[in-house]
This record gives sequence, C-alpha cells and structure tokens, in this order.
Amino acid sequence: MKLHTPITEQNIYDMKAGEIVYLSGTLYTGRDSAHKRMVESLEEGKKLPVDFHGQAIYYTGPTPAKENRPIGSCGPTSSYRMDAYSLPLMKQGLKVMIGKGDRSDEFIKDMIEQKAVYLQAVGGAGALLSRKVIKSEVVAYADLVAEAIYKLEVIDFPAIVTYDIHGGNLIADEIKKYNQIKV
Amino acid sequence: MRNVDVRDLTESIKALALDANCNIGTPFIDVLRKAIKREKSEIGKNVLEQIIENDEIAEKNHEPMCQDTGMVVVFLEIGYDIHFNGDIYDAVNEGVRQAYQEGLFRKSVAKHPITRGNTNDNTPAVIHVKLTPGDRIKIILAPKGGGSENMSLVKMLIPSDGVEGIKKLVLHTIFYAGGKPCPPLIVGIGLGGNLEESALIAKEAIMRELDDVNPDPVLAALEKELLDEINLLGVGPMGFGGSTTALAVKINAFPCHIASLPVAINLQCHASRHKSMVF
Repeated sequence: MKLHTPITEQNIYDMKAGEIVYLSGTLYTGRDSAHKRMVESLEEGKKLPVDFHGQAIYYTGPTPAKENRPIGSCGPTSSYRMDAYSLPLMKQGLKVMIGKGDRSDEFIKDMIEQKAVYLQAVGGAGALLSRKVIKSEVVAYADLVAEAIYKLEVIDFPAIVTYDIHGGNLIADEIKKYNQIKV
Repeated sequence: MRNVDVRDLTESIKALALDANCNIGTPFIDVLRKAIKREKSEIGKNVLEQIIENDEIAEKNHEPMCQDTGMVVVFLEIGYDIHFNGDIYDAVNEGVRQAYQEGLFRKSVAKHPITRGNTNDNTPAVIHVKLTPGDRIKIILAPKGGGSENMSLVKMLIPSDGVEGIKKLVLHTIFYAGGKPCPPLIVGIGLGGNLEESALIAKEAIMRELDDVNPDPVLAALEKELLDEINLLGVGPMGFGGSTTALAVKINAFPCHIASLPVAINLQCHASRHKSMVF
C-alpha cells in the first residue's frame, strides 16, 4: 500500500501487520541521544523541536552524504532502545515509528492505546534505502551529528507493518510458522 | 631485524577500513544467493534479495553498505623480528581516523560510556596484538556494528552443563535476539579460556572464512549441529520469520579451569565485514 505523510486515523486503521507500505513525504530521523533529549525537554515542560502530529519517525543515524547525494547510507537501527522514550512522543501525536527488531510488550500496549503503528525497514540495507531519500536537512540537535534530527523527504520508502492497532504482530506470527525447535 | 615505518601500518589500516565498509566480497554474496534457494519464507527471500541488492550498490558506488560503520576491531600479528619506528597503536588509530574521514563513514564511537559524547573520528579502535615468529605483519580489520554486538554475551557455565548447556544458551540467545542483530548471522562462539579469553576467541571466530573447516572434529561436528538447529528456530532474515537465521557457526576453543566452562557468543550481522592483509 502507498501512503503519504501526514498519516491519518484511517491510514492507521488500514495498516495491517505483514503488509508492505511504500511511504512518501516526510520522515524525521531520531535515535538514542535525540530521543533522550526530547523526552527530557518534555519533562522540563519545554516544547519539542518538531511537531510530531500525524508524523513518522525513522530510527537511523546516517553516514555523511557524498557530494551530489542527499544522504549517505541510512538503514534502520534497533528499535527496542527507543522503547523507554516512545510513549511521551506518541502522546505528542507521533503516529508511525520505523526501525528494526522486536519491541517490548509494554511498548506494544502503549502503541495500540495511542493508535500508532510500528514498521520495520530492512536492517543493513542502508545503501539501498538511501535511494528512497530525495532530500535531507538537519532540523534539530545539530551537535549530535549522525544522531541529530534530520527531516527527510522520501519517495516510496519500503517498510513492513510489524505491530498494528488491531493486535497484529508480524514477528510473532511469522516466526511461529517456521519454528521447529523449542528454546 | 626488519625495520617497519609506522606510516606503512597507517596506510594499510586505512586501505582495509575503506575496503571493508564498502565491499562485502563475492564469496559472501554467493552464500546469500544459495540461502535464497533454501529459504522457505517469501518475506525471507525478499529480505535476502534486498540485502544482495544493497551490497551490490555499495560495492559499485564505493559507499558504506550499512550506516553503522562500526567500532573498528583490529587484530595485529607482529613478527618478533620487527622493529617499528613509532607507536603502533597511534599508527592504527591514525589509519582509522583517515579512513572514516575520507570514506564518509559514520563516527560511531562515544567518548565515555556514561557521559557519552562522540570522539568525532571513530577512534579509538579496539586493538589486539599477538607476537608471532618471523618478520611479517598480519592485519585483520573488522568494522563491528553495534546491533549484533549488543546481542552478544559471555556466560560462565559449569562442566556439568556440558554440550547441552552450550547449545541451550546459543539457541536461547539467538531466538530472543530476533531481528535485532540483523540475521542471517555468523555466530562466533568461544569455548573455554576464562572470562576475557572466551570473548576474544569468539571474536576471532567470526573472522574465520565462511567455508573453512574446523580442524577439531568435536568442534566441527558441533558447528554443523548448531547451524542446523539455529535454522530451525524460525527467526529468519531480519527476524521476519524463515529458515535462514544463520549462515555459519564458528567455534574456537581454549583450555579452561577445571571448575569452569566459559561460553562467549559473539554475533555478527549479515554485513559481515572484515578484511586482512600480510606485509
């Protein structure tokens, strides 16, 4: 399915685990340090540097761009490291999170309550995924360099719906199909 | 006695780091292609195809295959009969510094584990030096990503845990790591030694060639058995489910204390980057 940001309530409802989404529009990047800083700002009663209402965040820390390219390699990083910071951002209107790997049960519960979705891009495919980015600029926390918040303009960025608001869980469902050994 | 200019060491490190981050090499891509044929999951096949396409783009354009260009690990084997005209640790770090600047690689080293920050040049590298007979230098360099390193561990088992205990630990670790270490994996296992030796030999294990054969028949059999069982876990490429969770298991061993059975598991993601040279 093709989607364009900002993400509507209907879009969230329509996204089902296992479906591939081709996302166009804006993605904000953010990983460990930017998340920590944003959540600390909220705790101090300050505003976030970005208005996340209806927006998507992509957990990545890109390599520096080559000349004449909008961005360097930019694959997803592991999402569980952002679990501790995700609820306050969803409360600020964040609707889509894109990363890699599974996340905590608590995160999934909060995500469903906040009517948001979690997608995965292919980890380690940073060179390939950079071809979906047509523009990038740092919009906050420039001192964090690769960990700064970049505003990316993307066309048909591929990601697979992993946890949806209906309780769908791609990871649990798919692994179950192929698991033949107990741990 | 052979005199070696440390600037030659710097140049070699730089060349290896520039190459390793961008060029995974044809043998590895061939292994991925074979895995596609065996993979049972359609999503899994698609992920493997994307990984190959990614690695080919990186090689063709000489750009990093993954944005996590790692913390650099360097194994140096240095002949006894060599004299250097300067500090080898400084020389290695200078090579890393130059490669990460010129190659436009990400600077992924935090200055301090608690106060964080960034060293801004991807140094220091983690450097392991071994002395060997002769007057040659062997370098193995690996940009090691954080995702797979974070899912690695050392566990001090006891002798009665035995092979069953080792297998249980490996399977449990890989299953619960899921997609986080970026499977399909190379699984490096260090058995024996003590706490730090087990970790070191596990790291050395992931530097081994994919198709090498373990000279120890007990370990060779265990490598095969574990690979088969890991691929029955169902984790699959990037943890999206499937039958390709690992491409290889490599076990290195060392004698250990009569009370201990140390087991280190060092996971290597599918961006399995290491390059070596002898000079």
